[in-house]
Amino acid sequence: MFEDILITIATAATPLLIASVGEVVVERSGVLNLGVEGMMVMGAVTGFGVALTTGSPWLGVLAAIIVGALFSLLFGFLTLTLVTNQVATGLALTLLGLGLSGMLGESFVGLPGIKMDYIHIPFLSELPFVGKLLFGQDPLFYVSLLLTAGVAYFLFRTRAGLTLRSIGDNHTSAHALGIKVIAIRYLAVMFGGACAGLAGAYLSLVYTPQWIENMTAGRGWIALALVVFASWRPWRVLAGAYLFGAVSIGQLHAQALGIGVPSQLLSSLPYLATIVVLVLISRNRRLTMVNTPASLGRPFVPDR
Amino acid sequence: MRIELVKRPERSALFAALSPFIALGLTLIAGAIMFSLLGKNPVEALYYYFIDPLREVWSLHELAVKAAPLILIAVGLSICYLSNNWNIGAEGQFIVGAIMGSILPVMFPDFQSWIVLPLMLLMGIAGGALYGAIPAYLKVRFNTNEILTSLMLVYVAQLFLDWMVRGPWRNPAGMNFPETRTFSPSAVLPEIWSASGRANWGFVFAIVAAIALWFMLSRTLKGFEVLVLGQSPRAGRFAGFSQSRMVFFAFLVSGGLAGLAGISEVSGAIGQLRPTISPGYGFAAIIVAFLGRLNPLGIIAAGLVLALSYLGGEAAQISLGVSDKVVRAFQGMLLFFVLACDTLILYRIRFVGASAAKTVEATQNV
Repeated sequence: MFEDILITIATAATPLLIASVGEVVVERSGVLNLGVEGMMVMGAVTGFGVALTTGSPWLGVLAAIIVGALFSLLFGFLTLTLVTNQVATGLALTLLGLGLSGMLGESFVGLPGIKMDYIHIPFLSELPFVGKLLFGQDPLFYVSLLLTAGVAYFLFRTRAGLTLRSIGDNHTSAHALGIKVIAIRYLAVMFGGACAGLAGAYLSLVYTPQWIENMTAGRGWIALALVVFASWRPWRVLAGAYLFGAVSIGQLHAQALGIGVPSQLLSSLPYLATIVVLVLISRNRRLTMVNTPASLGRPFVPDR
Repeated sequence: MRIELVKRPERSALFAALSPFIALGLTLIAGAIMFSLLGKNPVEALYYYFIDPLREVWSLHELAVKAAPLILIAVGLSICYLSNNWNIGAEGQFIVGAIMGSILPVMFPDFQSWIVLPLMLLMGIAGGALYGAIPAYLKVRFNTNEILTSLMLVYVAQLFLDWMVRGPWRNPAGMNFPETRTFSPSAVLPEIWSASGRANWGFVFAIVAAIALWFMLSRTLKGFEVLVLGQSPRAGRFAGFSQSRMVFFAFLVSGGLAGLAGISEVSGAIGQLRPTISPGYGFAAIIVAFLGRLNPLGIIAAGLVLALSYLGGEAAQISLGVSDKVVRAFQGMLLFFVLACDTLILYRIRFVGASAAKTVEATQNV
């Protein structure tokens, strides 16, 4: 019972973790992409549709990653090449993604989806208590952990990661040093888009294998909040994502037990928790000031 | 080939006026391509979207019904965005305004008097403003990002409304449908000219609000304060303007107007509360605000354009069998093109080929 709850928490946390770790890279490069929700929902509809037509969930995942990255290029072109306002453009990406996915996915509504197989390792998965939790989950769960470790290593242990962070902290100096600010930001934005697409595919292929319009239900925004909560550090994102997973699974169990609180009010708990957590983390002004990439959201036009 | 931006010596007044039209034109072209891909005749489709709804008087009334909430919300948002406060939770403020404004007709249906309607409107404004005050308070007091908090509150408001109409406020005589009792006639916002169509006083409120805010922005000190604090908070501080009070001002005005839009919609167009009372007006209004270039008078025109797209969506669904989901994709594209075209106001765009770039460098070296 307890083990099952832990596994469902991991299932709720994984899409948040994947999308959020991607956004950490984007924001560390100084770009604020508020379009996570839009890229995620595009990934969800693509993953579902491709898996359904080809019969292979893996092709669905691959397509979702590609579509997420391509979709984020729209944002990249506007904010990086045309230097539009990043907040407004991110919103536009979300609105466009929600609209397009509703249109593309209309024929998928109500169809049974394809669920990705869980990993089963003989013997190890049957270990008591930790067996299923560590060795018997869906493959993307392991991908999310590797992704977190990889991004943490990349950002803080490699030269390329240092370059990326330097752009996020001061794009003018980075440019003066001959670093290709715009090109690296394009790559970061696309990485974030690919992650959001993958997170979306997780929702429509693992979490609830079906397509429902707006099925991301604000998870893209919660992922953005997690980045702030984690003060732009991948391992803290992991902690935050599991905390949110626990809140959302906890409220589902409370609904099932029928504790007398209306289900709608319980369903609003994850959103309220997001607000509370944001308040707690941002009230410490010095902490936020130190950790926020200094060029975050600032437009950059190279002087020639 | 590469795209390069060359900063203009000053803002281009020409492109400031033209950019919304260029964006509309590009959206139409992209829309035509989209319809061809969907296997529809693009000319016919665009006709149903943008011309057909304008041909009959009743349909013009419907246009006003749809435009009213969009304009009301968007003019409030323009104050927010001009002062650099990113309120994206207008949808939630709309819903809370509708709920607060509905307290009288739902809980005291026997209280019928001329005073009911004004009280409802005031309570709607208060509800929206109070709900908008939450992200403002959190931003000022705890430095919390208002984008995320205001958006989270939308989901909370939607779930709360859902609970209200299924739970405590469900119509006792409503066969278990998730809706409140229908409002008594004294709680219904009257139609402007009921002989010809459904448009209600909400549209008048929208026009009045737009003109009032236009006057405030362009002719008063408060308006100047909004613009200065938005463009240069430092300069604003030196001028003695308070950033914190501006945050509250922007959120209270936009929340109040969204609340007014909410109660007007419920009282004028729907006549009761339901689980869903808005087809995303709060988000579409963001597009309206930018398409109107954050100018309240421009927003009136932009609100009519977006309202037309909603009506056109319905018309195209009936006549061509195009899904009504297409509308939201359309609206999203429109915002993209608007933002892209606004670049032309501050920059000239130059396409540089690889060889041309070298020539430029060579001439610069001379």
